[in-house]
Amino acid sequence: MEKIVCTCGHENAVGTKICGNCGRPLTEEAKSQKVLDMKYDGSAIRSKTYNKSIVDKIWNFFSSVKVGVSLIIITLVVSSFGTIFPQEFYVTAGTDAERALYYQTNYGSIGTLYYNLGLADLYSTWWFQALVGMLGISIIVASIDRGLPLHKSLKNQRVKRHESFMRRQRIIAEGAITKEDTSKTLDKVEEKLKKLNYKVRRDGTALLAEKGRFARYGPYINHLGLITFLVGVMLHQLPGMYVDDSMWIREGETRAIPGMNGYFLENKQFIFETHDNDPTTAQIQQGVNAVAKNYQTDVVLYKQSEDALPGQTDQLEIVKEYSIRVNHPLEHDGFALYQMDFRLNELKAMTFSLTNKETGASLGDVTIDLRNPKKEYVIDEQTKVILVNYFPDFTGFNDKGEPQTATPNPNNPAFIFNMITPDTPEGEISFVAIQQTVEGSGTGENLYKMSFKGVDTINMSGLTIRMDKTIPLLVVGAFIFLLGLTIGSYWNHRRVWVELLSDGNIRLAAHTNKNWFGIKKEINVLTEYAHLPQYIDQLDDEDDEKIKKETIE
Amino acid sequence: MDKKKKRSITRGIILAVLVLAIGYTIYSSFTKEKVEVIQRGDQAPNFELVGLNGETYRLSDFNGEGVFLNFWGTWCEPCKREMPAMDRQYEVFKDQGVNLLTINIAQSEFEVEKFLNNLGVDFPTAIDKTKSVMTAYNIQPLPTTILISPDGKVENIITGEMSESDIISYMESIKPE
Repeated sequence: MEKIVCTCGHENAVGTKICGNCGRPLTEEAKSQKVLDMKYDGSAIRSKTYNKSIVDKIWNFFSSVKVGVSLIIITLVVSSFGTIFPQEFYVTAGTDAERALYYQTNYGSIGTLYYNLGLADLYSTWWFQALVGMLGISIIVASIDRGLPLHKSLKNQRVKRHESFMRRQRIIAEGAITKEDTSKTLDKVEEKLKKLNYKVRRDGTALLAEKGRFARYGPYINHLGLITFLVGVMLHQLPGMYVDDSMWIREGETRAIPGMNGYFLENKQFIFETHDNDPTTAQIQQGVNAVAKNYQTDVVLYKQSEDALPGQTDQLEIVKEYSIRVNHPLEHDGFALYQMDFRLNELKAMTFSLTNKETGASLGDVTIDLRNPKKEYVIDEQTKVILVNYFPDFTGFNDKGEPQTATPNPNNPAFIFNMITPDTPEGEISFVAIQQTVEGSGTGENLYKMSFKGVDTINMSGLTIRMDKTIPLLVVGAFIFLLGLTIGSYWNHRRVWVELLSDGNIRLAAHTNKNWFGIKKEINVLTEYAHLPQYIDQLDDEDDEKIKKETIE
Repeated sequence: MDKKKKRSITRGIILAVLVLAIGYTIYSSFTKEKVEVIQRGDQAPNFELVGLNGETYRLSDFNGEGVFLNFWGTWCEPCKREMPAMDRQYEVFKDQGVNLLTINIAQSEFEVEKFLNNLGVDFPTAIDKTKSVMTAYNIQPLPTTILISPDGKVENIITGEMSESDIISYMESIKPE
């Protein structure tokens, strides 16, 4: 590999701007600068050095700051597209067709376009994830590419720097000391700078004082935090790390909990409470007449014994009873069950009176549990109602005249009854649906009818099941991110080089990565204490006014 | 020269690891839905259900014999249409080591019994009251039929209605040697 050999004899990697040993500027560009560009301390940015193989080319692509910034901007813009319309997982629709219809009916042709382009499920698309992944690669590669050479050059700093390096620093001073003789100058400089918390190294007639070097690592620590965060999000995909599921459960039901193997949940009761205040003006304006106070599901959590199989329900052990309320999820074994939704007043049971049509006299009531109907309902020895058939969600008759049900849910229950009474020991057939009664064919008019008396309703609770084992990692990532940000923002890396020249003069140079005002204040103190020649700020011409102002303040 | 090679290898490895990690993430998120569903060749999840006749059906008890699992509901018309053929073919294949178990999704015994009686079929049926077998097999559309080979592996998954000739060939495919 080619090397740049500096006049001092030190071998530098190709692309190095400032000699790692003595500090001489190596490139024409650096030589022409009045003040050296101290980014990465003049070390070679690796990617800029070689551009040969495919690996190098990919590497260089991702290490580019321009590419990184472009990726950030693209990701931001694309992410914002996902917020234009609700994402698909917020849409309550079972099938793709229903989803497409939802976007069409709510947002028109733009909605259809949005859905067809896949923007409705943007954050799960492969290309969005690839984009974020590329951003991750960019962060990692750029950090390695810049961080490692910077670290090396900071670690291997020599105390003595060449004249051409010192003179090209922003703050320089050169000249005779103003008082006393030079034999004590370096000692005094060291003493003062140590008091100012600098770490001081000496090498013959040269001195290097440095503090806050770790501030240079701030951006890299910051990147490490980001990467930790990204890894955490990535781990969501591993089985057992992340669950985000939902379930509907009716009062009285016991159901297997999706995503939570071996656990069952029983819904004892759903409670919806409102404040019983008089509606306020604002409420009336908005057409709202009740303010919700509480949404609560009283549940029992069961665990199946370890060796139990799906389908077995006889080996359930109670884990705990709990009232799930908004912001008070049922928590167990890393899982949390949240109150998310509810449906009130679903039909549960219907009550009918077995009534004589002529006299209107009732022989008794029959209550049918719509989720679990019985074969017959006995009123007394001679009187009973036989349930011939039952259709929970009656939608009409097919071409053979058979009643149809659309779903297993009792949305529109229909019954075929056989009514046996002392007057009609043979039985009378009647088809009963909501607002519809068809009497048995062939037997003519029935004597009795099942007259509708009332319904019992039941509430249904919508719960969300969440488990996220990556949260500690996300917290750690966020912490590292903020740590890096703090380090990089509130500390600065300050260096002061001082050399006692052979002609008895003193040369001083100083550099900081930010907050020049701060370092100048310290050098003012140092100059006075060690009687050093007054420094100049080589960039002062432009900032003259500004710095004067700062000094006055 | 060696250093250059080493550098290329290091970079290559770093890039490869990153690309693999991202590739895996995209792949698994893309196939997540499908992975959860059992696939051909998977071990069929064991389960135990009590049939309408009071008999307990445990999948592992059928080891060495084929199992024809059919998930259905009374509101599902195609389920209804394929049932008589299933019943007929079960009569043919049950002595050849093929078992049929139809699993209703959490309906009442009344509805299930009425429905089967009206159809005039009497194959073994169980009701998955807690939907846990349905969850274990991740059944989405009805009807879905899972063919389980004598060694307990999922031979095939059929969603949608089957014709009588389909049913014959499926039963044939899980017949023990």
